[in-house]
Amino acid sequence: MKRTIPLLVALVAFLIPPPLALARTVSSAFEHGIYDPGTLKPVDSTLKVRVGQRAPDFTLPSISGEPVSLADYRGKKNVVISFVPAAWTPVCSDQWPGYNIIEDLFEHHETILLGVTVDNVPTLYAWTMQMGGVWFPVLSDFWPHGKVADSFGVLRSDGMSERALFVIDKQGIIRYIDVHDINKRPKLETLIEQLKRLRQ
Amino acid sequence: MLNAHKPTAILCLMLLSSLLCQSNAVVAGGPPKAGESFPSIGLPAPGNVSHGAYLGIGDRGTFNLEQIDAQVLVIEIFSMYCPYCQREAPLVNRLFETVESNPRLNIKVKLLGIGVGNSPFEVDIFRKKYRIRFPLIPDPDYKVHKMIGEVRTPYFFVLCLVGGNPPKVIYSKLGGIGDIDKFMNIISSALSTCAKE
Repeated sequence: MKRTIPLLVALVAFLIPPPLALARTVSSAFEHGIYDPGTLKPVDSTLKVRVGQRAPDFTLPSISGEPVSLADYRGKKNVVISFVPAAWTPVCSDQWPGYNIIEDLFEHHETILLGVTVDNVPTLYAWTMQMGGVWFPVLSDFWPHGKVADSFGVLRSDGMSERALFVIDKQGIIRYIDVHDINKRPKLETLIEQLKRLRQ
Repeated sequence: MLNAHKPTAILCLMLLSSLLCQSNAVVAGGPPKAGESFPSIGLPAPGNVSHGAYLGIGDRGTFNLEQIDAQVLVIEIFSMYCPYCQREAPLVNRLFETVESNPRLNIKVKLLGIGVGNSPFEVDIFRKKYRIRFPLIPDPDYKVHKMIGEVRTPYFFVLCLVGGNPPKVIYSKLGGIGDIDKFMNIISSALSTCAKE
């Protein structure tokens, strides 16, 4: 029996394949400045809002130095809020730069993009400068920590936010929610399809 | 005595080979280097008919790199989400124009972009944004990316395609192409090398 246990352990080690890392790319624009937290629990929060509800209002500091409120866009523009978990991490650094080259598509759909993380303003400033700057407001939900993320129900137990997209129409009503697997980037076409639906 | 320990020895060997396989998977993860063969990868044909004609692959639905009608193939591994690739796009366009405007080169040298982790929609956004005229192929499930060592982006390969043999890597480097003239020298040198193959 004593000999059987190590034999079984060896057999299991042989049969179980090594864990596969999630496929993702990292731009060499970030060189070695990216911290990889590894594969995380896909979703670690419970939504507090749903489609058809009015989005919780908020005012947050932005990297431009001016505070930004969701109410600023009421009656003027649709809003996409892109929560990403953390600056200087692989998937997040590989998401907003894509949005950065489609300002015209957002404009076409009369939509503003608001990028939100729980990092502080200096961190967000440095990170987005490394992207070459971005056209959309980048907001810091750092203090009170994650208050806005929590109001939407996308604050994880480790203090990061989920990777989540909220589409809010000009009346302030939530029209689409995607609390995405934190380890993966949402497909762009899905978001653009939702923006098209705002016109219907 | 030996017979009594035989099962243990066999299982220890299995465990050792399992561990070795795992470390080999990591080692084999690097990109193919100059002098090595490039993996034989099947790609979907570009949606644009003129791009199929440019590559000389006819109306195939899928193709392999060795079927491309060229002696030298420049491959850019990119992502539309990569800021470096975005900044590099005008320079790569200039490289394409330089090759295309040279009648001695344009039938021998072709360019191909592979958008790793990008859907056809995302690749199309990149193509339109930067008015890219050479074919861009999406790799939405990272299949190609895994075969070439999960490189960061942008990454450039220059391959020798002569003779229908597996493509041979002449140049393999992370980062942008840098100076156009220097990169054209790499292409000329690759043509000379391929002619001897």
